[in-house]
Amino acid sequence: MAEVKELVKELSEKYGNRRESLIPIFQGIIDKNYYLSKEAMLEVAKQLDVSAADIYGTASFFSFLDTDAKGKYKIRICKSITCDMKGKSGIIATLEEMLKIKVGETTEDLMFSLLHTNCIGLCDQGPAMLINDNYYTKLTAEKVRVILGDYIRNK
Amino acid sequence: MANNINLTIDGIHVSVEEGQSILDAAKKIDIKIPTLCYHVDLCVAGNCRVCVVESVGRNNLIPSCATPAEEGMEIKTSSPKVRRARKDLMALLVSEHNTQCTTCYRSINCELQQLAAEYNVDNDIYLSVLKPTAKVDKSSWSIEKDDSKCIRCQRCVRTCAEIQHVNALAVTERGRDMKISTFMHLPMNEIVCTNCGQCITHCPTAALTERRYYDEIWEAIDDPDKYVIINTAPSVRVAIGETLGYNVGERVTGKMVTALKKMGFNSVLDTDFTADLTIIEEANELLVRLKKALVLKEKVALPMITSCSPGWVKFIEHMYPEHLDHLSTCKSPQQMFGALAKTYYAEKIGIDPSKIVSVAGMPCAAKKFEANRPEMWDSGFQDVDAGLTTRELGHMIKQSGLDFFELGESEFDSYMGESTGAAVIFGATGGVMEAALRTAYVVITGRPVPFENLNIIPVRGLEGIKEATVKFENCVPEYKFLEGVEAKFAIAHGLINARQIMDQIVKGESPYLFVEVMACPGGCIGGGGQPIPTNDEIRKKRMEAIYAEDMDKPLRMSHENPEVTQIYKEFLVKPLGEKSHHLLHTKYRKRNRY
Ligand code: SF4
Ligand code: SF4
Ligand code: SF4
Ligand code: FES
Repeated sequence: MAEVKELVKELSEKYGNRRESLIPIFQGIIDKNYYLSKEAMLEVAKQLDVSAADIYGTASFFSFLDTDAKGKYKIRICKSITCDMKGKSGIIATLEEMLKIKVGETTEDLMFSLLHTNCIGLCDQGPAMLINDNYYTKLTAEKVRVILGDYIRNK
Repeated sequence: MANNINLTIDGIHVSVEEGQSILDAAKKIDIKIPTLCYHVDLCVAGNCRVCVVESVGRNNLIPSCATPAEEGMEIKTSSPKVRRARKDLMALLVSEHNTQCTTCYRSINCELQQLAAEYNVDNDIYLSVLKPTAKVDKSSWSIEKDDSKCIRCQRCVRTCAEIQHVNALAVTERGRDMKISTFMHLPMNEIVCTNCGQCITHCPTAALTERRYYDEIWEAIDDPDKYVIINTAPSVRVAIGETLGYNVGERVTGKMVTALKKMGFNSVLDTDFTADLTIIEEANELLVRLKKALVLKEKVALPMITSCSPGWVKFIEHMYPEHLDHLSTCKSPQQMFGALAKTYYAEKIGIDPSKIVSVAGMPCAAKKFEANRPEMWDSGFQDVDAGLTTRELGHMIKQSGLDFFELGESEFDSYMGESTGAAVIFGATGGVMEAALRTAYVVITGRPVPFENLNIIPVRGLEGIKEATVKFENCVPEYKFLEGVEAKFAIAHGLINARQIMDQIVKGESPYLFVEVMACPGGCIGGGGQPIPTNDEIRKKRMEAIYAEDMDKPLRMSHENPEVTQIYKEFLVKPLGEKSHHLLHTKYRKRNRY
């Protein structure tokens, strides 16, 4: 993880010190540190001279801006009805078994978090999931084993 | 000149300036449209939709607070469609509300309750979606936050941002999880909050209230071993009547004193006494600073800034921790009072100070926090045991069963009950400045301040930042160094205005010698502990009452207060002396900015 202070400074130099820069700064922090920690949010408040409550208000509005500890890879399974009907629960069972965590949890080595997400616009290709910014569609248990296996080996 | 817009509302013609809302237009002709998220002090949010009206020719209903009046509009404020919509909205609000009015602190003073009653909302239309998990946050000494009573109108958020520039509260999460909260949902005592209570007086419901202490006070009153003292601030006497059925701006000083005595307070004293004392100490402190700066050429922090508003003190501790040396070291009148109650007064009346429970009746929420600051134990005990708001005192008077209207008038008890008009005006923005100038001018020149009837009009009124210039001429020998000096003073109320003063100081561009800051708009008369509602119209009336009380006083300069003279003679010895230093002055601490 990057030094929060330096990171926020760098990001605010890159994107600007204004309120409008909040989202790209948040995204930049998540890229490096996986989630927005308390320290990171306070640092942003300081850099932009915005109250901490306002920082948190903005961050907590977006579900992809995590404000509690998350792993390096965030696996988000679509929980909407289409993916559900296409067999989401089997996919989740496989993921849970491979990672030894439940939905909403993070592995001890801080590599993986398993999360639900609302519709990600891939209903025609469900069940679907995201791992960070990459999407995976028409999932089956076997496909999940291969995809996740790759991540686990290369982590 | 703005263009005039002509429209009709419920068949009545009205003309307003361009840009004014339909709600403004309706007010002009005394047509009442219900509102919840709207507050005259704040910018328009338009989120509750209770104020919807019908505009003939348009299909959808429009929110009157957020829609500018247009030429030729025909507005209906009470058509069947409007009434149905409003009732539905009310039912929805009630369905997610903890509707325990019978046990609620704001009952009969609640905008939601009143509207629900007017519309006779049927509780059964919608299932209750009240979240059972909401816990009341009682962590702060001053502010209680109960999300189960929150209608998410965001008046508090706007108040804290627009009036106070603190932004302690924000809208967090989204959709059905959306709530009004703090940084990472931290408890109120851990966040950057000044405890000013302005969010409370702007909240339509009981979601934000002051933390209440009156049960403990009743207990103390009933305990024969305790000697319970109360002192009441100047703004309480001009506002408490509002909680008891009086019109805004009616003074009930004498009746209030009678009520408190009948309720069992052993001594009923006046915070105004220590307001006068504050003036003596603070004026002397200012003169010392000026002498250091002008004669001894020492480096001292100028302007000196008043320190009687604990909301302001906490604000500067958080926001400008590097500039605390500008604050006067004088404690607020409440805290001076507490320190003297358990020392000087205890001695005077021959009571063991450990038996004294000292209560302060205040227009303020921040005073509760102030009473609990660890610095405030200079008497050897907690100097002030509890701070009560005007609203709490009103409740206590009601609980006592007294017929307030029928009560006779009484005087405050002696030794710490005498006051001058200068102390009374502490309650209004500009009052401390005016009181200080009335005394300082005499000290410096030997003559009364050159304003008709001692009324220093430029420092009065509701303008956010006020300025005054006073030229010192024919000074007494001791203050010859001020001869010909044109001293500039400033007064700020509402912390957003205080911030402007501070930013000038930070840049080294402040032209002032002395600045008065009050956290609340209007000063204490508009304090976070005052009766709800408060708005500029009400602030003006309470201010008029304060200045009328001043004019009624035979003595109007703090140094003329005979009990103040007495306490210096018998106890304190001299202003800024050793005893004063120990009991009446304090230190400040740096706090986190974010
Ligand atoms: S906030 Fe108002 S409506 Fe809600 S319980 Fe209290 S009095 Fe009733
Ligand atoms: S706490 Fe009060 S003012 Fe704030 S949103 Fe809730 S109901 Fe409105
Ligand atoms: S008490 Fe004052 S500073 Fe604190 S949240 Fe309320 S308005 Fe903001
Ligand atoms: S009062 Fe107009 S929308 Fe709330």
